[in-house]
Amino acid sequence: MNELLRTILFLPPQATAEATAVDHLHYFVILTTMCGAALVTLFAAGFVIRYRQRAEPDEHHREAPGPTTPGWLETAFITGMFSLFILWWVLGYHEYVRLRVPPRDAMTVYVTAKQWMWKFSYPEAGAQEIATLIVPAGRPVKLVMTSRDVIHSFYVPDFRIKQDVVPGRYTTVWFNVIAPGRHEVLCTQYCGTYHSTMRAEIIALAAPEWDRFIGRASPTARIAGQPYTMAETPGNWQMFAPAQQLDLVRLGEQAAARLGCLRCHSVDGSRHIGPTFAGLYLSRVPLENGEEVVGDEAYITESMMDPLAKVHQGFEPVMPSYLGLISPAETAAIIEYVKALSPVPPAPDQGRGSVAPRPSGTPPPGEMGQPPRELGTRPPDTRPGFVLPSEQGTPIPGHPIQPPPQGRIEIRP
Amino acid sequence: MSAAAPAAQNSPAPDYLHDGSGIASWLLTRDHKRIAIMFYVLIVTFLFLGGIFALVLRTELLTPERTIIDATTYNRMFTMHGVTMVWLFMIPAIPNIFGNFVLPPMLGAKDLAFPRLNLASLYVYAIGAIVVLAGMVAGGADTGWTFYVPYSAETKTAVAPVVAGIFILGFSSIFTAINFIATVHTLRAEGISWMRMPLFAWGIYATSIIMLLATPVLALVLVLVAIDHLFGFGVFNPAIGGDPVLFQHLFWFYSHPAVYIMVLPAMGVISEVVPTFAHRRPASYTAIAISSLGIAFVGFLSWGHHLFVAGMSELDAGIFGGLSMFVAIFSAIKVFAWTGTLYKGSIAFRTPLLYFFGFLFLFIFGGMTGVAVATQGLDVHWHDTYFIVAHFHFIMVGGTITAFLAAAHYWFPKMFGRMYSERVGLLASAAVFIGFFFTFFPQFLLGNLGMPRRYYAYPAHFQFLNVLSTGGAWLLGSAMLLALGNLVVALKYGKPATANPWHSRSYEWLSASPPITHNFEETPVIRRDPYCYVLSEHESRERSFPPSETAA
Repeated sequence: MNELLRTILFLPPQATAEATAVDHLHYFVILTTMCGAALVTLFAAGFVIRYRQRAEPDEHHREAPGPTTPGWLETAFITGMFSLFILWWVLGYHEYVRLRVPPRDAMTVYVTAKQWMWKFSYPEAGAQEIATLIVPAGRPVKLVMTSRDVIHSFYVPDFRIKQDVVPGRYTTVWFNVIAPGRHEVLCTQYCGTYHSTMRAEIIALAAPEWDRFIGRASPTARIAGQPYTMAETPGNWQMFAPAQQLDLVRLGEQAAARLGCLRCHSVDGSRHIGPTFAGLYLSRVPLENGEEVVGDEAYITESMMDPLAKVHQGFEPVMPSYLGLISPAETAAIIEYVKALSPVPPAPDQGRGSVAPRPSGTPPPGEMGQPPRELGTRPPDTRPGFVLPSEQGTPIPGHPIQPPPQGRIEIRP
Repeated sequence: MSAAAPAAQNSPAPDYLHDGSGIASWLLTRDHKRIAIMFYVLIVTFLFLGGIFALVLRTELLTPERTIIDATTYNRMFTMHGVTMVWLFMIPAIPNIFGNFVLPPMLGAKDLAFPRLNLASLYVYAIGAIVVLAGMVAGGADTGWTFYVPYSAETKTAVAPVVAGIFILGFSSIFTAINFIATVHTLRAEGISWMRMPLFAWGIYATSIIMLLATPVLALVLVLVAIDHLFGFGVFNPAIGGDPVLFQHLFWFYSHPAVYIMVLPAMGVISEVVPTFAHRRPASYTAIAISSLGIAFVGFLSWGHHLFVAGMSELDAGIFGGLSMFVAIFSAIKVFAWTGTLYKGSIAFRTPLLYFFGFLFLFIFGGMTGVAVATQGLDVHWHDTYFIVAHFHFIMVGGTITAFLAAAHYWFPKMFGRMYSERVGLLASAAVFIGFFFTFFPQFLLGNLGMPRRYYAYPAHFQFLNVLSTGGAWLLGSAMLLALGNLVVALKYGKPATANPWHSRSYEWLSASPPITHNFEETPVIRRDPYCYVLSEHESRERSFPPSETAA
């Protein structure tokens, strides 16, 4: 019965238990609707035939008075319809709450939407994926989503779930895929010229394969192209695993430690030889000459390459230039790292912040494994309204890091 | 005995169409009927413009990738389709054409309360339309008719003129609404108590209340978007602490009631057509009249059901879902009352009644799918898919356009004094229904299958249903041409109509067809209700004019 109705109504496969429950309510509501519309129309048609006019009325024609509807009948109709609608509402609300409230043990994946792609970041794997979300089957997954530009909507027809992805807000959605398989992801909130191509794919893996996916360390070749149009079976999951354990923020952290940045710049808001990285990104930076600049990618890059051009007020102009010493990839990674530190509250005087200062100076690079926040677990930048150069070069697995585009960032020789 | 009443037809007083000639006598007229005719011409023009957009869109969707236009053009065109159909056609259509024309005679009045304001409403509408058209010529906006921020704030397309045009059009709505409300309150002829008003007047009255209360909110939100856009004010910009979802709340606070601006007049038309052709009083006059006000009131409380997946709390969603059910109740009351009116009537099967049948089925189906999408758990799957597109086209096209065509046929003899071809009218009506059904029913299934709305390109498994829908759209377009062509031909070649060809008892049919400039030869004094089919036509006319004159 379920399968028959699902086929007649052109519903997609039911990949979660919730999808099946929603469909059962769907059948009830739609069948009631169709029967109601057909029944009333049939009644009306019956009346027209039964009570059709026998002769054209003349000036003096007089009709029999139509019966007035008795009050009990009106009451019965109103009560009946209202009960039906309230029943729909109760059942629908029950399903809605079930679709909306994730189980406590759900695994979290962060989703960043932008025109016109989906980016998935896994805290567990420390990996990022574009357009392909790999999840374990049989385990609830909660997506924490935000947008970098306009409003998008994350829609998986097979799961019967949908949630708008709003800049400046986090929204969540959750699902628990029953069996391994592929499921299409569509954007349903109009988001600009290529809205209809903003598609992605969810690949659910069986538990052992998921464990191998999570544990992978060595890079594997990745097939290019549109994943959701591919015909491979989920068994070939290796083909879709990320090219490497890739996390720009972590790469940036390593680079900053190796290159010595962290000897002078703290990451917890405390003051040291140079200004702290914490909360620097997009903050207003007061300069020695009394002006102010915004600590964006351009400023951070310029400060690495030409540090004396715009010196932070209250600091000595002692930083050497790194021009030619840092690769573009490392530059991008360090910027991402600084961005990831932006939610750490910068102490007003860079000494007594809400974050407890470290006991002594800057920690040696080797101890940087415990930054103030779980850096790998959050998408680098969630502030809306800014489409940033380095974001446009979001790393694509297989091509780990792209340099920031040259257009926006000026590097003076 | 019969000096005054039947004399109306042979009266030497010219009818409104021949009372003065030349362009100026039209452009400077204060006659509500001439203003209605000018609205008629403009609004039908925009109906066809919007229809052409729709056909281009449907043709593009024949194939999963590019068929005839590119993505940018497609996005602009569906925006222009929505803007044209909503603000240039659907909102003014029935109130400004048929409301303008028949509301005063329905109340036994010579004109609306503020004839100059009525003319101003026409000119403001024309200016707004020109500004919107200028925006279209400048490339058009690509935001969808909902103008959701932040996209509408950052797109490079011509959003500004389109939004400015809609802002201006809002004043036309407000002018009209004030005029109708004042007319209903002050210009009812002696003897027309509230409970003796024809049901169309109730529908127009309820519509006017919504227009008056909701349109300023639209103006407000459009101004906020403009300030945001021009001065970086940031009400809706999350980068500086604003909230894009606030825009959606404000937008739907207008646009959900606006749905009832579009559908209440349609219900009013149906409430006239059914008693007239069934030749009996409505099954529950009071229920139909009061439910119009009920819809107007509850319509303001249910905007939140457009935001179930926009990031709304579960509690809010529950409350808005529950409130939405009440709107459905009021609509259901009307549906039962119309059907009940056919029971034991004496039914003349004419074109307007066939349109009523189309309306009945499509409106019930569209309305109940409306309740279905207000059922939160189901809405999550359907939201922003073709299911929603199909749902509101069932209400807007299946409901309002069908009622618009019913009204165009029903009041055609009154407006132009001629009869259209009944045979062609019935054929066109059937074709409209079939075309409509094939256009939009497959879209429900497309929505079930998961096709999002506003998709230029789509995965290949959506194609079959899209082809069906496109075929239906071509049929619907041809049927509309046939229906309106039939009326246009009848303007010149139709048989002359009698004053009351449908043998209606409603008050507007007491005037000649077409009416004289002041509608009635003598001021009516009504001593009967508008659906008194127990009285003969002659008796009902006798009870509609002052006894002294009738006796004379």
